[in-house]
Amino acid sequence: MNNARSWLLADQPASPLQARMGRFYTSWLALSANPLALIGLAIVVLLLLSALLAPWIAPRDAVYVQNLDGRLQPPSLLHWFGTDELGRDLFARVVHGSRITLMIVALVAIIVGPLGLIIGMVAGYVGGWTDRILMRLTDIFLAFPRLVLALAFVAALRPGIESAILAIAITSWPPYARLARAETLMIRRSDFIAAAIAQGASAPRIIRRYVMPLCMPSVVIRLTLDMAGIILTAAGLGFLGLGAQPPSPEWGAMVAAGRGYVLDQWWVSTIPGIAILLVSLGFNLLGDGLRDALDPRQS
Amino acid sequence: MNEAIEVSDLEVTFGHGTKSFKAVQGVSFTVPFGQSFGLVGESGSGKSTILRALSVLVRPSGGRLQVAGGPLPLHPPKTFRRRVQLVFQDPYASLHPRHSIDRILREPLEVHGFDRREERILQSLDEVGLPRRYRYRYPHQLSGGQRQRVAIARALVLEPEILLLDEPTSALDVSIQAEILNLLSDLREARQLTYLLVSHNLAVVAHMCDRVAIMSQGKIVEVTDSRHLRTGTFTHPYSQQLWASSQGYFRDPAVLDVG
Amino acid sequence: MTSISPEAPLLEVEGLRVSFATQRGLVEAVRGVSFAMGREKLGIVGESGSGKSTIGRALMRLVPSPGVVTGQKLKVGGKDVLSANERDLQGLRGGKIAMIMQDPKFSLNPVMRIGTQIEEAIRMHRRVTRKAARAHAMEALLAVRISNPERVYHCFPHELSGGMGQRAMIAMMLSTQPDVLIADEPTSALDVTVQAQVLAILDDLVSRRGMGLIMISHDLELVASFCDRVLVMYAGRIVETLEASALSRAVHPYTRGLIACLPRLSEASSRLQTMQRDPAWSQV
Ligand SMILES: Nc1ncnc2c1ncn2[C@@H]1O[C@H](COP(=O)(O)OP(=O)(O)OP(=O)(O)O)[C@@H](O)[C@H]1O
Ligand SMILES: Nc1ncnc2c1ncn2[C@@H]1O[C@H](COP(=O)(O)OP(=O)(O)OP(=O)(O)O)[C@@H](O)[C@H]1O
Ligand SMILES: [Mg+2]
Ligand SMILES: [Mg+2]
Repeated sequence: MNNARSWLLADQPASPLQARMGRFYTSWLALSANPLALIGLAIVVLLLLSALLAPWIAPRDAVYVQNLDGRLQPPSLLHWFGTDELGRDLFARVVHGSRITLMIVALVAIIVGPLGLIIGMVAGYVGGWTDRILMRLTDIFLAFPRLVLALAFVAALRPGIESAILAIAITSWPPYARLARAETLMIRRSDFIAAAIAQGASAPRIIRRYVMPLCMPSVVIRLTLDMAGIILTAAGLGFLGLGAQPPSPEWGAMVAAGRGYVLDQWWVSTIPGIAILLVSLGFNLLGDGLRDALDPRQS
Repeated sequence: MNEAIEVSDLEVTFGHGTKSFKAVQGVSFTVPFGQSFGLVGESGSGKSTILRALSVLVRPSGGRLQVAGGPLPLHPPKTFRRRVQLVFQDPYASLHPRHSIDRILREPLEVHGFDRREERILQSLDEVGLPRRYRYRYPHQLSGGQRQRVAIARALVLEPEILLLDEPTSALDVSIQAEILNLLSDLREARQLTYLLVSHNLAVVAHMCDRVAIMSQGKIVEVTDSRHLRTGTFTHPYSQQLWASSQGYFRDPAVLDVG
Repeated sequence: MTSISPEAPLLEVEGLRVSFATQRGLVEAVRGVSFAMGREKLGIVGESGSGKSTIGRALMRLVPSPGVVTGQKLKVGGKDVLSANERDLQGLRGGKIAMIMQDPKFSLNPVMRIGTQIEEAIRMHRRVTRKAARAHAMEALLAVRISNPERVYHCFPHELSGGMGQRAMIAMMLSTQPDVLIADEPTSALDVTVQAQVLAILDDLVSRRGMGLIMISHDLELVASFCDRVLVMYAGRIVETLEASALSRAVHPYTRGLIACLPRLSEASSRLQTMQRDPAWSQV
């Protein structure tokens, strides 16, 4: 243990690998010194675990099997979170619903982050006509109200979680492109870019190795901070009946299904609501912590 | 063809229309292979801009530039880039804030496909007198002089033929300045390098260069032998003023003579 | 404009230490430095990386985050800097003590015009109208011999030459009229003519307004001819304190070595003398 630590923190790393591992480790140390970030990380890890281990935590059958005799039961030892209007176990549904939430988060992040980053960096670095065309494109997408476009999109395809994800992704990337472009414009003027050009580095190389590391943290942070909004939009679409379709245990749809019983059987919509809140909060805290930890000027 | 650098009637303009500003106005000089040429003069007179034009970082608005025996290409190939290297004036701005020193030195080696990278990185650190333990530090963890040495090492690691040096020792204490200047002299002798050196320190220019151009307001007012720099024999009034100011601040500079 | 009696030292430093707890171990940048300063010009010279800039930043309490500043005493104009809270420090910086950073262009805001930045600095410390601030800013730019202040006023930092950025920074710091000015290599990018003029301004402020000036520089000849006293630093410590006029009588081998390494206009030599550093210099 001690050996590994001193290897990671060596004053004179013997190899680039050791130096890189050391850098990860120091970032981790910085992150772990921040209790709020750790709470965020814990929540995100919990989400991951629950998604990964869902079938072992709660039987899959319980998600769909209806039991009309046991409708709307309050939380008890048998049903930890109670049951919904069709007598399905809410605990099982929330746990399995985490898979859907995770899928939304992962897919949106995979589409939105790189797309926005690349478009923004290329526009900002290359400039000229490329910039103008790419930015007009961005403006067009930015001009659409997000939920309305998502609605139209889902209505044109078929309602379902995939359409919801696609709709969210397509309406979410423009702010990332703008962010990346603004940063690139400032970076492009600096002497270290001029130095890279003078060394003969090609434009793609400069974008990848000089511009991207500087844009990346703000994009990652913005993405984690936006995750909350993305989860909420997905939930909103679910709530409107345009996202995940029943009987899928999507949290937003579950909140919607329980809205008729809020006053008397609060748990039916509150518990999935709390799950949404918690996961949003987790990503938010983690995003804040990452912002501090990823800045090497801090370590 | 034995001129390494040939500049004729160089003009550089920044901005457009009424807001345009002519930073360099008709500058001409030549530097033969294996020689060093000094540029001194007023702050803001366009010295750095000339170096940037020679390394194709700004487009001239007029005039002709020849480097290493050919006209300056519009989009220089890698081989050209390797042969002509620039040490930037500002060691704070010219190092990437998120690249470690190791990465900063490795990057050019990778771009040009050099072999024995480990060895070369360590050698260049040793050459500029930076302890090897700084290798994995980031620029913000170094002092001004330490950064400047990284910037010099980065230019040297590519083994260029023509080195454009923009105030390479302004942030170094004199003992390290002496080491760097000696290193540059040795390299020049060993590899027949050509230097174009910008400095405000007339003694440094006189020590390093064969000939010197004195600049003021975008123009060269005088080109002279560096012997004249030592004695202060100039024709142009600006050069004379410059030389007079270099003799120390108000009081007699003789106090420094070690008895 | 100040309540300090003229005899009291403007600056008292005792046992100042600054260390950076990097995760790869402790870097001790300053290791126990003590000095006091009145209304004079104090030069600091020394090895690159010996902690000169760090002392300046410590006096401003601007040492970046992992850095830890400790010491027995750190007083600016009788006010304790070590125990001051962020509010007091805000009043102190600019008002009592200001610093011209070694990296002038780096410390300017890259997306703000030069003129606007100087104006803001003025308005932060003096209640003046925007118009008056603009006039002051223009004056300050002229004072540091910027030949075309109208143009420079509207420039962004990346559009300035090295020396112009340095002078913009000086103009900004002077317009706040501090009691103590720390100038970290203020003239390294200036040609000798402008350098002399900028030094004359600083000299004036010291002799007329009674400002205290700390001048960090590598230029031995300049420090010897400009300053009253010189501190020589090596590896985070002061190894020697000298009257500037007596630099030639230095006894520490590092100082003597520095003088020997200077290239001189008056004599040509093919090689410059270099220095053999003795590890013993960093001890004790
Ligand atoms: N990108 C730019 N846009 C507009 N003006 C510029 C730009 N770069 C430089 N200039 C102007 O060109 C002039 C010459 O600048 P340059 O950096 O070449 O001066 P220099 O001789 O190197 O001065 P110093 O000794 O102070 O570094 C300056 O007046 C500067 O304001
Ligand atoms: N953030 C940091 N983390 C670790 N070490 C640092 C950090 N900042 C500075 N140092 C180290 O502290 C030492 C003192 O730095 P400082 O900038 O004060 O030197 P200096 O005397 O001003 O040198 P120069 O004349 O080259 O500017 C240097 O060895 C530097 O590497
Ligand atoms: Mg310059
Ligand atoms: Mg310094």
